Amino acid sequence: MSLATPRDADGRAMLGVLGLGSAAELFDQVPESIRLSGALSLPGPLSEPELLAHLEELAERDLHSGKAPCFAGGGIYDHYSPAAVDYLIQRGEFLTAYTSYQPEMSQGFLTAMYEFQTLVSRLYGLDVSNTSLYDAGTGLAEAALLAYEKTRRDRIVAANAINPRYLECLRTVLGPETSSDLVEIPPKGGLTDLQALEAALDDSVACVIVQQPSALGTIENLPAVVEAARRVGAKVVVCADPIAMGILQPPGEAGADIAVGEGQPLGLPMSYGGPLLGLLATTKDFVRILPGRVVGATVDRNGKRGYVLTLQTREQHIRREKATSNICTNQGLCALAATIHLCLMGPRGLRRVASLCVTQSHRLRAGLEGTAFRPLYKAPFFREFAVESPLPVEELQQRMGEAGFIVGSDISALTGVENSLLLAATESRTDAQIDAFVSALKGVA
Amino acid sequence: MNEEGLIFEREVPEGGCLPLPGDEATDALAESLLAGVALRAQPAPLPDVPEWEVVRHFTRLSQRNWGVDTGFYPLGSCTMKHNPRVNEVAARLPGLARVHPDQHPAQVQGMLRLLKTLEEALAEISGMDAVTLQPPAGAQGELTALLCFQAYHRSRGDLGRTRIIVPDSSHGTNPASAARCGMTVQTIQSNAQGLTDLSALDAALDDTVAGFMLTNPNTLGVFEPQVEEVCRRVHGAGGLVYCDGANMNALVGVARPGDMGFDALHFNVHKTFSTPHGGGGPGAGPVAVKRHLEAFLPVPRIVEGADGMLRLDSEYPQSIGKVHSFSGNIGPLVRAYAYIVNHGPLGLREVTERAVLNANYLLSRVREAYDLPYASPPMHEFVLSADRQKALGCRGLDVAKRLLDYGFHAPTVYFPLIVSEALMIEPTETETKRSLDAFADALLAIARECEEQPDLVKEAPHRAYAARLDEVLAARRLDLRYEPEEEG
Amino acid sequence: MAYPSELKYTEEHEWVKVDGDTVTVGITSYAAEELGDIVFVDMPGAGATVAKGDTFGTIESVKTVADLFAPVSGEIVAVNEALEDTPETVGEDPYGAGWIIKIKMSDPADLDALLSSEDYAAKL
Repeated sequence: MSLATPRDADGRAMLGVLGLGSAAELFDQVPESIRLSGALSLPGPLSEPELLAHLEELAERDLHSGKAPCFAGGGIYDHYSPAAVDYLIQRGEFLTAYTSYQPEMSQGFLTAMYEFQTLVSRLYGLDVSNTSLYDAGTGLAEAALLAYEKTRRDRIVAANAINPRYLECLRTVLGPETSSDLVEIPPKGGLTDLQALEAALDDSVACVIVQQPSALGTIENLPAVVEAARRVGAKVVVCADPIAMGILQPPGEAGADIAVGEGQPLGLPMSYGGPLLGLLATTKDFVRILPGRVVGATVDRNGKRGYVLTLQTREQHIRREKATSNICTNQGLCALAATIHLCLMGPRGLRRVASLCVTQSHRLRAGLEGTAFRPLYKAPFFREFAVESPLPVEELQQRMGEAGFIVGSDISALTGVENSLLLAATESRTDAQIDAFVSALKGVA
Repeated sequence: MNEEGLIFEREVPEGGCLPLPGDEATDALAESLLAGVALRAQPAPLPDVPEWEVVRHFTRLSQRNWGVDTGFYPLGSCTMKHNPRVNEVAARLPGLARVHPDQHPAQVQGMLRLLKTLEEALAEISGMDAVTLQPPAGAQGELTALLCFQAYHRSRGDLGRTRIIVPDSSHGTNPASAARCGMTVQTIQSNAQGLTDLSALDAALDDTVAGFMLTNPNTLGVFEPQVEEVCRRVHGAGGLVYCDGANMNALVGVARPGDMGFDALHFNVHKTFSTPHGGGGPGAGPVAVKRHLEAFLPVPRIVEGADGMLRLDSEYPQSIGKVHSFSGNIGPLVRAYAYIVNHGPLGLREVTERAVLNANYLLSRVREAYDLPYASPPMHEFVLSADRQKALGCRGLDVAKRLLDYGFHAPTVYFPLIVSEALMIEPTETETKRSLDAFADALLAIARECEEQPDLVKEAPHRAYAARLDEVLAARRLDLRYEPEEEG
Repeated sequence: MAYPSELKYTEEHEWVKVDGDTVTVGITSYAAEELGDIVFVDMPGAGATVAKGDTFGTIESVKTVADLFAPVSGEIVAVNEALEDTPETVGEDPYGAGWIIKIKMSDPADLDALLSSEDYAAKL
């Protein structure tokens, strides 16, 4: 392959300074045997307008929540985020920065991450937080490892219905040798079976994991789970939805040791399930073994307040194979979006979102009365609930899609009831949309 | 610059602008619907601030932060290149941003086609056979590949392979990821040129080795010329070879790790394919593997039916499982796709050439003033040592801080660990000759300052967003969240 | 740099002060200097038993972390709890207020392997 000589004056001038005839000579140390002899076989190039036209064509093949109201849930929700969030996170000084290794050049991001840590720990009613993890699934794995590290015990008990995807992430990290130590307690009536939980607990249990609201949408009795765990000295990990924290008792108040959660509802688009935002808050006891980046307050040479990355000796770039986690960065921009989102919501706004999740999902459930869609549980629920569908879920998804609505996937493996699925309604679902959705459901079965 | 306090210090009780419908009756209704449930005793303690105050606060914070958009950001190993804005538009198209991961596959064929094409492009670029897009970051990509290594050995009944070998120049994530899989880590010394020492490698290889992890070009920015022999020897001992793809931006269109003999690698799309670093994420760390490792990749995978319909498939019994709650960091992956298609194969090669040309030119401008402990010609980055300056009382960190005064971000310092007082400089293809010259002039000027007025350097920065911050105090007296001062 | 002659030393830069069957352990001024500003000392609780050569804790500066090794076998009978709030004492007064733990020896013969101040200084 003959290599292009740089097309611009800068490139030619620099080659000249280096005494090179062509850019190809820059790669002389790459052995001939492994140098590519031809061009890669890749799509493109497309100019900017051609590229956008191509992407728009792809995007238009998809059914999206802008044209079909979304009633899917299961960990990803169609929440509203104020316009200022996306505007502010696109400021280039935030968007194109990296991890704040030089604090004197990164006070903006560091300040925001200190605010993020404050907000997350307050939301969960716990002492400290980090600057975020990838998502709730890997966050749950990190939380379990914290409990292992602290207790030196080797069993984990999943108290109730946990999002199966999160448990899969946990199992992956635990590896095939230790996954047998993960005990799952099947829920009863949609909620933790306290008797079964207590029977599974002994002093070999590092932690009890409970999801709030559960993966079935139901609201758990956290204090009862905490009490059972305390009796055997196990730690309590609560995977708690941040929006629900606008109205429900937070894990810290219930006595939990660690809270994790999925931050997507705090200003992130659904984006086919990523990027997400792993929230983690815990008590002071765990601060020295926290995974991920942590920001701390300090002062500069002139005594002015400032912020830096701290507790760095926990991390992989210093402790290498002895690090508390292999995580290198955080989900910085997502954490910034969540920070701004929570500030715009404020205490009453977050409460209002939570209230609307309750009222709209209950309106939906009430609308289903007398239809062929039978709710599976009577337990209180927050934003979504499980129903049995009279027709296979995939078929329901397709037919409701044709009717202009998005519904989620099959959760039969979780409920043990064939053709069951979750129906979710956030504050974004209007009364009219809900009523139309119910009519459409009646139309298909 | 004026100090900007915290958002908590801008609170106006009941001053927030509620952006949502409903009223107090909505809250009361919700409470009655949840009768019997333990509720929050008090509203969540969030700041109550009007929207305009929020916008001002975060705008002012942004003005106290440096990004590639602000100026030169030569952070070695991190590839701080321009982030084209068309990619931001792409990621926000409703058909890509507003789709739910549980939708019926027929409703997301555009998304799945984009992801499938990206998988194919990454396989082609790396010379591998199969790709997973699921790992949400490079470190998670390493973990994914190492779990695949373990599963591969186990599937062959080769149960004793519990060790991972890394060179002493490796990224810290390499040993940390290996430890997370429960493997023990052996670090081998690099040779005098900073390259893999074949005899040290031979000495470490036996039938307990699961694999060897190598960054290529390595963390000194130098291509490992014996990489084929390295791979042969590891394979000869029954191990697998992992390529840390942090430096793929030096290879795209020039050479492929798959052709060198590597079994797996991860990409950092936020480095190689220009997706924004976002202050530390979200990135994405797709993993590409050879055919013999494909069965172990995370699920779900994207598969194409005979009818051309794409869907997600989790029926891979040998899979290691999941490394992300859903299918990975889709937003950055969409941007990476846009970048690849925008450039095309020749454009990507030109990007590589310019990144390497810029690094070599910049090195030629500054090498007289600083030590260059490993003198092999660099690819896309190079590592200087400030030992000469340290002898004058100015450490590498001081030089880095002084660069801030000249209007540049600092390079990576104190990495790789095999270079004392390391200054790791990666200009990327983004910089013009003018900006490279200005940076070189600054480094030369600082070298003179170290000789003539070292205190000026040691007390830097003088003109950044803050004076030098006390990291010792931060670590000794942990203050990780805001607490309002007690009144009265 | 002077190393008090009444103390014994290890090659891992710890000093040992013998008082009957109990020893006090700290790190040398050389080690403190090398570490730089000390920000945290991770110590076990009193009552733990250690074997000679075991890692019993870690000591951290902002960007480094070093293991602490037990110079003798025995039971930890005291830890310097003041270091929790003021870890900098280790650097400021390494042979005095900056002591780290006290061990009640199970085998006083362990002392024979320790270095004198001259031998320690010579090894640096």
